[in-house]
Amino acid sequence: MPARRIIPCLDVRDGQVVKGVRFRDHAVVGGIVELALRYRDEGADELVFYDITASPEGRRVDRDWVERVARVIDIPFCVAGGIRSVEGAREVLHAGADKISVNSPALERPDLIDELATAFGVQCVVVGVDSLRDDDGTWRVRQYTGDPSKTQALARTTLAWVAEACDRGAGEIVLNCMGSDGVRQGYDIEQLQAVREVCPVPLVASGGAGTPSHFIDAFTHADVDAALAASVFHAGTIAIDDLKDQLRRAGVEIRA
Amino acid sequence: MADVVLVDAGGTNIGSVRYALLRLGAEAELTADPERIRAASHVILPGVGAAPPGMARLREANLVQVLRGLAQPVLGVCLGMQLLCESSDEGDTLCLGVVPGRARRFTATPGLRIPHMGWTTLQPTQPHPLLRGIGEDAWTYFVHSFALPAGEHTLATSTHGEPFSAVIGRGNFFGMQFHPERSARTGARLLANFLDL
Repeated sequence: MPARRIIPCLDVRDGQVVKGVRFRDHAVVGGIVELALRYRDEGADELVFYDITASPEGRRVDRDWVERVARVIDIPFCVAGGIRSVEGAREVLHAGADKISVNSPALERPDLIDELATAFGVQCVVVGVDSLRDDDGTWRVRQYTGDPSKTQALARTTLAWVAEACDRGAGEIVLNCMGSDGVRQGYDIEQLQAVREVCPVPLVASGGAGTPSHFIDAFTHADVDAALAASVFHAGTIAIDDLKDQLRRAGVEIRA
Repeated sequence: MADVVLVDAGGTNIGSVRYALLRLGAEAELTADPERIRAASHVILPGVGAAPPGMARLREANLVQVLRGLAQPVLGVCLGMQLLCESSDEGDTLCLGVVPGRARRFTATPGLRIPHMGWTTLQPTQPHPLLRGIGEDAWTYFVHSFALPAGEHTLATSTHGEPFSAVIGRGNFFGMQFHPERSARTGARLLANFLDL
């Protein structure tokens, strides 16, 4: 097993890194390249950049900053947002991204996952899943979450969608538990455990990190391969090097 | 200074290898021109994706015999390393055959995630200038579903379920299954070592 990964997530809008609470009220937290370098230096294992407004507005990822990041960063990074075709993915990968992540466009047209896996190999293809528990107790998928006014609740259950995405050629799943996102009360361990059961590829936990113990819980109780967080890193609440020390002491294998 | 070229037969992710070399001060030219490749001091064959289209692109670019005939140091990265082997399980593909062996798919085992994606340590198995300065705690970044079993030409192994070839070398042909361009300090050191060969 590879080391468990710590992944800062940089939500990008208009060339800046932003962060909102519960997907709303986004505030600028810094420049893309500056934050990427800072997290690399602190020991981040990978970076994810989400262009959070791209899908709802039909925009494409601006390749300019992808190339700027690729020039300076020597750890892997993934780009998400507005990738809705093999050609769109090719542009981002050619600009230097290691992986591309699709979310809403894959829900619109699930064949996109198959096409991307065929064109680039499953190792490049990440499927992001935004999930929320409905009143009937079932986790279901949400679409267009970058813009609260356009977010849609779908009939698809999260577990069925994750299994289908893996069958179609997803090489990794990022599960964003929207009910816990931004409120720092811990990852949704119950939901992650359930998804872990149906997910044979690497699984990334997202949404809810507030303290180092939340990361330990996700790795030890939900067996996730990586844990993604944004606000606790941007705000400096958790320093990645301190977090990794605590994980190591808790017996979680972490890259030195 | 090394005159390094990156073989660009139309695959993806050429850019990040080129940037990693730039960070080491080496300006690598992207080329599919046989004469330019033959004239280089060092040749890197990158590759992301699947073996069948990877070999198809090399055939279409008339590079199969060119690459086989090179005498200067040649480095295959990730899929590029598998293309140096005799064959791959992936699409039952015949590869360049400059290093013996066949890339095999990881065996599905409960708890073993495929693809092997993430940071794993290297275990050097024989001393080699390519591995100078690389200890047992050297972390490198992998993303792959196929791997060459450990064998005579293995210079370092990593383990995902079972040990496999992470670094190979036979004569002037070398391969790294991980992505040195995305393996932080360890990756930079390995690329610098390659350019020093």
